[in-house]
Amino acid sequence: MIEREVTIRNRAGLHTRPAAAIVKLAAKYKAEFWIEKDGTQINGKSIIGVMTLAAEQGSKLLLRFEGLDEADFATAMTELFEGGFGEPA
Amino acid sequence: MEHPTHDKREIKIRGVPAAPGIVIGSVYVFRKHDPTVQVRTITPGQVNGEIDRFLHAVERSKKELRKIFEYAEKKLGPEQSQIFEAQLMILDDPTLVDAIRHRLKKEHKNVEVLIQEEFAKYHQLVFASKDEYARERANDLDDVRNRILRNLEEEKLVSRIEGSRIIVSPNLAAADALIFSRNDVLAYVTEVGGATSHMALLARALKIPAVVGAHQVASLVQPEDTIIVDGHNGLVVLHPTPETIRHFEKRRAQYHSFEETLSGLRDLPAETLDGHRVHLAANVELEQELDFIAVQGADGIGLYRSESLLLGREVFPTEDEQYEQYRLISEAVFPRQAIIRTFDIGGDKFMAAADRESNPFLGWRGIRVMLDKPRVFLDQLRAILRASTLKNLAIMFPMVTSIKEVQLGKQLIAQAKDDLRAREIPFDDGIKLGVMIEVPAAAIIADHLAREVSFLSIGTNDLIQYLLAVDRGNDVVSDLFQEFHPAVIRFLRRIIERGKQEHVWVGMCGEMAGDPLATMLLLGLGLDEFSVVPTVLPEIKKIIRSVHFTEARHVAERVLTMQSEDEIKAFLKHLMKLKFPEIPIG
Repeated sequence: MIEREVTIRNRAGLHTRPAAAIVKLAAKYKAEFWIEKDGTQINGKSIIGVMTLAAEQGSKLLLRFEGLDEADFATAMTELFEGGFGEPA
Repeated sequence: MEHPTHDKREIKIRGVPAAPGIVIGSVYVFRKHDPTVQVRTITPGQVNGEIDRFLHAVERSKKELRKIFEYAEKKLGPEQSQIFEAQLMILDDPTLVDAIRHRLKKEHKNVEVLIQEEFAKYHQLVFASKDEYARERANDLDDVRNRILRNLEEEKLVSRIEGSRIIVSPNLAAADALIFSRNDVLAYVTEVGGATSHMALLARALKIPAVVGAHQVASLVQPEDTIIVDGHNGLVVLHPTPETIRHFEKRRAQYHSFEETLSGLRDLPAETLDGHRVHLAANVELEQELDFIAVQGADGIGLYRSESLLLGREVFPTEDEQYEQYRLISEAVFPRQAIIRTFDIGGDKFMAAADRESNPFLGWRGIRVMLDKPRVFLDQLRAILRASTLKNLAIMFPMVTSIKEVQLGKQLIAQAKDDLRAREIPFDDGIKLGVMIEVPAAAIIADHLAREVSFLSIGTNDLIQYLLAVDRGNDVVSDLFQEFHPAVIRFLRRIIERGKQEHVWVGMCGEMAGDPLATMLLLGLGLDEFSVVPTVLPEIKKIIRSVHFTEARHVAERVLTMQSEDEIKAFLKHLMKLKFPEIPIG
């Protein structure tokens, strides 16, 4: 199991586009993936879950990965978050 | 409400004739569920059926979205199209599918209710974050929810109808009438509505007999009752006796043979005996009508109601989706012309419930709405222009009241052209523009308007309503909606004169153009184009081909001296009886 803390960098936060990007990336990996915010945990492979997370710019999230390919998964996903999903800060 | 007894006496109900034809058939009673979604209990045996319904609706929604996503990706690029990708992912999301499955098994509620509840939950969660993008996320979720519900609804209705039926309903919006496939419907009968309500127009366009304003019919019939519908005379007969049935079977046969003689006119021009030629075109709302208008021998499309593209949708179609439709139309009628009227909608489609207009007729509608929504208007204008490369399309603005509106519209057309040039997309630079004359003010300044455009088209449906202060959908006053009121005739004459003064052609796309009783009069007043519902096209052509223009002029002159619609109608009916006894006049 790998945990990573990330911060939402882009101005618009976790709206539909980044949510889609996250779920699309997560689908490539076999490991389970959870996102936790303020004690609420959602399945990171569920777009509805990610969309309802309501994370604004600046919020801190905890990412959890569990499975065979968790290492690569964690690296890729963390990069996606830290890059602000390619959107303006 | 009275409940029908098992008394099977024959009952004749007089409604308003909406679409011609005689039908004898079995009833299907349709009551639209209210917007809060009907709650039903599901027995354990029905659970699998409900799951199937849900999965089918999801599949159909996915198909629709895939198409949209493909276009968006091609034309807008990966950035813009990701929304649709996201919506597709929502449909695949195990959270949703598992939740619905699980709850169906446990709670025995129908799937529509569960969907409402699940999405309401997501909605709430999304709004927990107060950021400005919460609305956007909520909209995306709502779009998906609505799409699933819409696909569920269609399926439910189609699968419930076995065999062909007469649809009987307290009230039927055009959008609902369309949900029934053409193969299922023998006729429509509704309790409310007037002859020119949208429902009626649709029934005529689909060539399906209809009677509206048949008070109480939905409460007097039982599902599967056999009834007779006479769309010509607005008559509905419940529990008909064998004698009555024979009588109507005879009349139905007579009507069919008359229809057959008309088909021979298809390739002949709409020309009077003394060589006066007019354009006889078709009013079109649906893609399904395109084949039919060729069969009916139309000189092109005099009115394409583009707002039909908005039926049942939450958001405007994209420029690309619209382009596909307009292109289809252009190709279908080529080399003849098709006139596309820009979106003619009421403002109430966009307003929150709190802001709803108290008098929408005199409010935000027609071109006013489009001028206030330039981005949407530009999408439509660009789509039309892109589709115009065969050089057979024209644009028409609805409900124009001033020169300023026309000029603003022209500016937007110019801008759309510039946009396309920048994108290096070809279009017909010489595309013609016309306006609808449906507001009295426009009629009075028709000459000024004519200087700005290439043609005028008279929209009698609304013009007469504004002129006589009568709501056509209100069956309490619908008799007061009179095409042959002297004020209307005078207005028509003036509009045509003013157009001719400025050398533009004047057509009519309102229902009056398709009224056989009015044909000689309109010919005589100098109308250049009749654009009619395809069903009546052959009849109108027959009349035009059987008279002399000089005769028609004389008729118009006589009518203009008369002071009451009774007098005018009696005169015209008498004429029609003499010359065209086989054409049924209402």
